[in-house]
Amino acid sequence: MAQRELLSGLPVDWQKLKTMYYYMVLSRKLDERMWILNRQGKASFVISCQGQEGAQVGVALAMDPSVDWITPYYRDLAVVLVFGMTPREVMLGFLAKRDDPSSGGRQMPAHYGHRAKHIMTGSSPVTTQVAHAAGLALTMKLRGLPGIAASFLGEGSTSQGEFHESLNFAAVHKLPLIVVVENNGYAISVPQIHQMAVVNVADKASGYGIPGVVVQGSDPLAVYEATMAARERALRGEGPTLIEAKTYRYTPHSSDDDDKTYRSRGELMREKADDPIVVFRNWLMTQKQWDDQQENTLLKKVREVVDDATDYAEQAPYPDPSTLMDHVYYSPRA
Amino acid sequence: MAVMSYLEAIRETLRQELRRDSRIIIYGEDVGVRGGVFRVTEGLQKEFGEDRVIDSPLAEAAIVGTAIGAAINGLRPIPEIQFADFIFPAINQIVEEAARIRYRSNGEFGVPLVIRAPFGGGVHGALYHSQSVEAFFAHVPGLKVVIPGTPYDAKGLLASAVEDEDPVLYFEHKAAYRSLKGEVPEERYLIPIGKADLKRSGKDVSIITYGLMVSYALKAAETLEKEGISVEILDLRSIRPLDVEMILDTARKTGKVLVVHEDNLTGGVGGEISALIAEHALFDLDAPIRRLAGPDVPAMPYSPPLEHAFMITSDKITEAARDLAKF
Repeated sequence: MAQRELLSGLPVDWQKLKTMYYYMVLSRKLDERMWILNRQGKASFVISCQGQEGAQVGVALAMDPSVDWITPYYRDLAVVLVFGMTPREVMLGFLAKRDDPSSGGRQMPAHYGHRAKHIMTGSSPVTTQVAHAAGLALTMKLRGLPGIAASFLGEGSTSQGEFHESLNFAAVHKLPLIVVVENNGYAISVPQIHQMAVVNVADKASGYGIPGVVVQGSDPLAVYEATMAARERALRGEGPTLIEAKTYRYTPHSSDDDDKTYRSRGELMREKADDPIVVFRNWLMTQKQWDDQQENTLLKKVREVVDDATDYAEQAPYPDPSTLMDHVYYSPRA
Repeated sequence: MAVMSYLEAIRETLRQELRRDSRIIIYGEDVGVRGGVFRVTEGLQKEFGEDRVIDSPLAEAAIVGTAIGAAINGLRPIPEIQFADFIFPAINQIVEEAARIRYRSNGEFGVPLVIRAPFGGGVHGALYHSQSVEAFFAHVPGLKVVIPGTPYDAKGLLASAVEDEDPVLYFEHKAAYRSLKGEVPEERYLIPIGKADLKRSGKDVSIITYGLMVSYALKAAETLEKEGISVEILDLRSIRPLDVEMILDTARKTGKVLVVHEDNLTGGVGGEISALIAEHALFDLDAPIRRLAGPDVPAMPYSPPLEHAFMITSDKITEAARDLAKF
């Protein structure tokens, strides 16, 4: 990560940076726990955020969950945690339990949604959520509501028509929208070079007459800075911004994938040298803002949170089979 | 009471709804300045402004996808798909998103959305301006599908669709726009979605149909009456949900059922209706159920003789009903 002498110009203080670090570590540890539970046979599916936490906290902490809305994608564990979804809630969804706020155990894990926390429910067909974010932003504009919408997706999703349609729509109507592409280099097995003929996804922004910004995902502060600027632009009524965060995925696409079939261990090792959590921790330490004792305290706290979430969700009830037919259509709640 | 065309009834209902509820927005291709290619939204942008009647880019997935987001955030969007034939780029948003959002979020999110689309043939529209697409959507739990057959029903069904908390597809037959006229009350009224309507009472044959075919069936019934054949006509009005009770009632009453729709025969709504009757009222029947539907060709051809050969007409309905009555 680039050396930063000052934090001037940005509304951040060291406490906020430590919060960033907390959410990065919490996300990683929660994610790692999910893999363990999967390998123990307690959960049939995992899809990971590992490697992308820097980009995710950088964007999410630059937003205001009290007025902003997000349409995340399935890797956005750190984003939804920052927006207020609790580790217990995440684990309820992961283990398909009744009280999972995203779906009551109906969806696969990581298909987040939480109305009260302004997290729009998502599906598996990719990129539909970008149009939803544009629609959320359209309401904000037409109703004069405070806030913006942000949509998250991978670089593979930028090949979909809805990426183009939604950005174009949002640009024409100058909607308060940020589209965040977490470019981790692969759409399952297909590398970026087979996905698009541009080096930077952000270059596509010029086709819509909007700014496209490239940031290093391992540098949450740079992501934060870019998001702040995009958010201010959106709030000024100047329209959307496309942010591309260069990241890397440390896990296979999902627990059902074997990434050894399409990428080398050497490449993975090289990329892990830029682990956002390690880089950020080292930087905090060189800035004399972090030390081993604080690290150990944090890890202990995170461990407790993850243990608690796991225990809570494991003991939680499954949905009752009699609810299978519920919520096909609206019915007034009892 | 004012006499209105089917099209005017839709336009005046949109106007009334826009006045009633400030959360309603209309958008789609050419709906603003031009007032829609069929002029359904004519004058609405002038009255309600560019923030409520919005010309959108030519992109159906974005039209529906943004409408979903807007609905989630508190608006009541009524997007228009210019022709039902062009709805397919949006089918991902309609089927995978709008239809499934309430279910997949365990009731947390709902999508109050009315998607209007002109459909149907007989207007020299050829393959891509003539299609009937309702069966695709009638298959999907989470969606509602309504198709009015009269100006009166057009108003009451549209008002109900706008009030509905779930996504409703509202299909308008293009050939009905100016050919169907009828009395439409000024005041607002609701026709419940899922309720069929007995358009004509009879005792020999039941015709179960919807949309433009209702008027064709009524004409056929008049012809057959002169021949001494008494025809009952059930207008479904909603094809999802279906009014199962009224379908079974008419089947049991006459014992002879002709199902008519312009949509292709195979996999069409008629198959579902026939199955319902076969399951629940088989022993009340006096003849096999008969379906009269669009032929199983990919879409409607342009050349007049071919188009005519495709279309269901009053004459074809008369003939089929006569045959059935004689069984």
